[in-house]
Amino acid sequence: MPVEIDIAKVARLARLSLTDEQLERYRVQCEVVLEHAARVQALPTEGVAPTSHPLPRTNVFREDEVAECLDREEVLAAAPDRDGDYFLVPRILDE
Amino acid sequence: MTWETVIGIETHVELTTASKMFCGCPVDFGAPPNTNVCPVCLGLPGALPVVNGRAVEYAMTIGLALNCSIAPHSVFARKNYFYPDMPKNYQISQYDEPLCVAGHLDVDTDGEVARIGITRVHMEEDTGKSTHVGDGGRIQAASHSLLDFNRAGVPLMEIVSEPDLRSPEQARAFVAELRGVILRLGVSDAKLEEGSMRFDANVSLRPSGSTEFGTKVEVKNMNSLRSLQRALEHEVERQQALLDAGEPVVQETRHWNEDAGTTSGMRSKEEAFDYRYFPEPDLVPVEVDDAWRERVAGALPELPAQARARYASAGLDPVAADLVSRDPAAGTIFEEATAAGADAQTVANWLTGEVTALLRRQDLSLEQSGVTGAGLAELAEMVDDGRLSASAAKEVLAGVVAGEGNPESIAAERDLIQVSDVSALEPVVEEVLAANPDAVAKLHEGDGKVIGFLIGQVMRATGGKADPAAVTAILRGKSA
Amino acid sequence: MSDLADLSVGGAAAGLRAGEFTAVELLEAVHRRAAVTEAELHAYLTIDRDGAARAAVAADSALRAADDPGPLLGIPVALKDNMVTRGVETTCSSKILSGYRPPYDGTAVSRLRAGGAVIFGKTNLDEFAMGSSTENSAYGPTRNPWDPERVPGGSSGGSAAAVAAGSAMIAYGSDTGGSIRQPAALCGIVGVKPTYGLVSRYGLIAFASSLDQIGPLTRTVEDAVAALEVVGGHDPADSTSYPGSFPDMRSGLEAGVSGLRIGVVAELNGAGIDPAVQAAVDETVAGLERAGATVVPVSLPSVAYALSAYYLIAPAECSANLARFDGVRYGLRRHGETVEEMMSTTRGEGFGPEVTRRILLGTYALSAGYYDAFYGQAQRVRTLIIQDFADAYEQADVLVSPTSPTTAFPLGARTEDPLSMYLSDVCTIPSNMSGDPAISVPVGVDENGLPVGFQIMAPALGEPVMMRVAAEVERQAGFTARARLATSEVG
Repeated sequence: MPVEIDIAKVARLARLSLTDEQLERYRVQCEVVLEHAARVQALPTEGVAPTSHPLPRTNVFREDEVAECLDREEVLAAAPDRDGDYFLVPRILDE
Repeated sequence: MTWETVIGIETHVELTTASKMFCGCPVDFGAPPNTNVCPVCLGLPGALPVVNGRAVEYAMTIGLALNCSIAPHSVFARKNYFYPDMPKNYQISQYDEPLCVAGHLDVDTDGEVARIGITRVHMEEDTGKSTHVGDGGRIQAASHSLLDFNRAGVPLMEIVSEPDLRSPEQARAFVAELRGVILRLGVSDAKLEEGSMRFDANVSLRPSGSTEFGTKVEVKNMNSLRSLQRALEHEVERQQALLDAGEPVVQETRHWNEDAGTTSGMRSKEEAFDYRYFPEPDLVPVEVDDAWRERVAGALPELPAQARARYASAGLDPVAADLVSRDPAAGTIFEEATAAGADAQTVANWLTGEVTALLRRQDLSLEQSGVTGAGLAELAEMVDDGRLSASAAKEVLAGVVAGEGNPESIAAERDLIQVSDVSALEPVVEEVLAANPDAVAKLHEGDGKVIGFLIGQVMRATGGKADPAAVTAILRGKSA
Repeated sequence: MSDLADLSVGGAAAGLRAGEFTAVELLEAVHRRAAVTEAELHAYLTIDRDGAARAAVAADSALRAADDPGPLLGIPVALKDNMVTRGVETTCSSKILSGYRPPYDGTAVSRLRAGGAVIFGKTNLDEFAMGSSTENSAYGPTRNPWDPERVPGGSSGGSAAAVAAGSAMIAYGSDTGGSIRQPAALCGIVGVKPTYGLVSRYGLIAFASSLDQIGPLTRTVEDAVAALEVVGGHDPADSTSYPGSFPDMRSGLEAGVSGLRIGVVAELNGAGIDPAVQAAVDETVAGLERAGATVVPVSLPSVAYALSAYYLIAPAECSANLARFDGVRYGLRRHGETVEEMMSTTRGEGFGPEVTRRILLGTYALSAGYYDAFYGQAQRVRTLIIQDFADAYEQADVLVSPTSPTTAFPLGARTEDPLSMYLSDVCTIPSNMSGDPAISVPVGVDENGLPVGFQIMAPALGEPVMMRVAAEVERQAGFTARARLATSEVG
């Protein structure tokens, strides 16, 4: 089953800035892989529940207890940019 | 053509658990930036979430209080979108299998009760906080932004109403009642100004009588009940003007500007709403059996509607009943004061009147104020038996809030106790009468107005401490 | 054994306790080996000389004090560079995490430290564990110690190469679609993917959360058991961690296979498998039969769709898991006028081609309008695969197949054709889909002298029977061949 991808839109959704040439290469490769992957559609699965987990567990909770936090200096040491006690990023355009 | 207003409200409530939704970082407000963080809530590579069991119970509590069904099986999902204050660039939320569904909340607007549907209540996590720097903090003109992740991962409940609200006023009443429920449950401090309770509204108009919905607009950024109502009124007017002019309403998100009193459209990207939800593989489903649900249901406190009915049957006026039934601190003080023998309506009048006014002036919450049920009962009794004038009582209340002690000692300390003992006042009245023969003559002629003058003379002679009611009684006795 | 670096964990542990050598000496032997092999292999991204030296000294004092935390005390261990280590660079072989020093240890790492293991270094991998050859590393490929012109497999290629070459006594990797077993097979060592949930994923940088599992790469089956015992067991920090008691994998190692039913999976044997590989596998099956096992043919019909389903589920999960690498809080940042631009440029330049491809695939598979046909359907197929396995385990105690359809292939042979690379994992992916355990044991060499791996799969928590069969296979195969780099004269 041939698959067509609007690769530029997908790249925007995934926040990947790519050149047109890169986009075209990825589009072709992704379509080949997706065509193979689309074989799953051939399998009848009516009434089959999806598995999102190999492990059938439920109700895993933790107690509402406060645990130790990280040291702020250690956290901010990894930041590409900071301003005092904050992480600094370029301006945010939209809410 | 006449239009019908259709409003639905999405409310977010931060829970007052001790720790965050998926990690052990504390939830306390106002900690220094980036100190309540760990690998999980910072989205560090390799970290994994674990659900806070109490948050689930709180969510169930809210759902049950809103008459929802609790889903026997519910799952967490990842809601994917990029935003710098959201550490993982996905929010763990619930999507097609939320914890609570299909409830309702009854809302009373001027005696008219409407049943507002609750579509769902689900659990998710809050984001961090961004501060926009440069040009007065306005996002459009900021040069850069600063991020604090202390709030990232705080348990957040989303409560979605059906589009059952028919006016801005009703929408306001709904949120006020919902807030009352949340406060009564004790699961959130629901502070609008601090953002621990926030709401967005979907507004549309349709021709009266129509059953189809019009194009809806989402209105954001209202941070008080008043601004909610104003924003909705403005939006309804805006849409009505468009429709009356035969222009279409554009589906969009609009931002309420409190100062300007208007809404403005927000730019949105074409793919902004493709959240690519899928079940969160790092978490397992939540399953609630009957026993668990019954246990939580059995522990529900009295809700505002029940409390209001009880107060109303005790003869309280609706405004007072609303206050003491929705605000648990006011409710507790009210219960304590009446248990101590104070008259219910008197206490209620204090709470809705002078106490509320004083706290607003001083920007205090009832919990912070030092006002207690016993204190109010004492104050009411002192007024009742004439030892305090109405104005002196207000001064005593201010003293209570200032932490000066109990009403009795404050009144004594500030020398505010008034004299209402007839045997003590009688000689003073005699002196005043002796000094004002003209007035006495007029009094005997039946000139009612002169009595005010004489009372004033007595008050002057007692340094203002005479009980005017007692003085009046004595003077009337003299004139008869 | 002339060189301490070639000892098994059991042998080294005995020697340490008998006072024949110290942990510091053992570490030095591994250092010497690495000094020779690394120039050609590039198994390591980081060697933590100081940290390892401190741990070895501490291990020696624990040994002197007879304070014995277990079988890995003083043992030099390598970690795949997607396991988070506090203060030690952790890159996932990606430019986007260049220089990143995590502020915490993952659970497996903490348990290794508590167990007295000497963490020697961080090994190379396909970027974010996506690949089957370790060629997708931003820091250059790792080579196969049996033939440096060939790949070591992947994505845990650095871990496999190090253990095969003796530059680590044991190593840990992660297996999402075969990333431990396939490189173990291609490097002639043992590799285990435990039951999903048996080893905590806390501190494993996620690729596909519902498939990822940490496991050991070792030179013997018994070493693998020891390596698993130290890191395994319930962890409250991982909600998907198995809460029950840790299975006893040790007591059956000598029990043989008499009376066990060995299921040969029709769909994973024969067609598409290199004849030399299949011959070695068939010979192993015959040996098990001679040892008293019953061989039964079994079928997993929906396994034919496992690869397809995998290439929807894994990229979908990865597209979300890798969203956090955005240049805001850690790692690479590229310039952008706005935060959106900064994120897109950082991600566009920070991720290599395979990772970019999978993020695009996964984003597409989850996007509106395609979810049900792709991701949703893949999840339903996953259910069918699990059912097939359950049916097969009614007939057999373990299932067997080749680990990889081929032996090690030359560098560059499959890099231009993603699909051909993906087919390397056709035999290993099914166990990740079902969450069941599987092991690869070396059983022979092909005509080029390259090792062949034999895969044994078992039902969830079936590690005891899986290890029991693996131990028998190991005895039968008597696989003593060593990688060229491990046997070339060292220092």
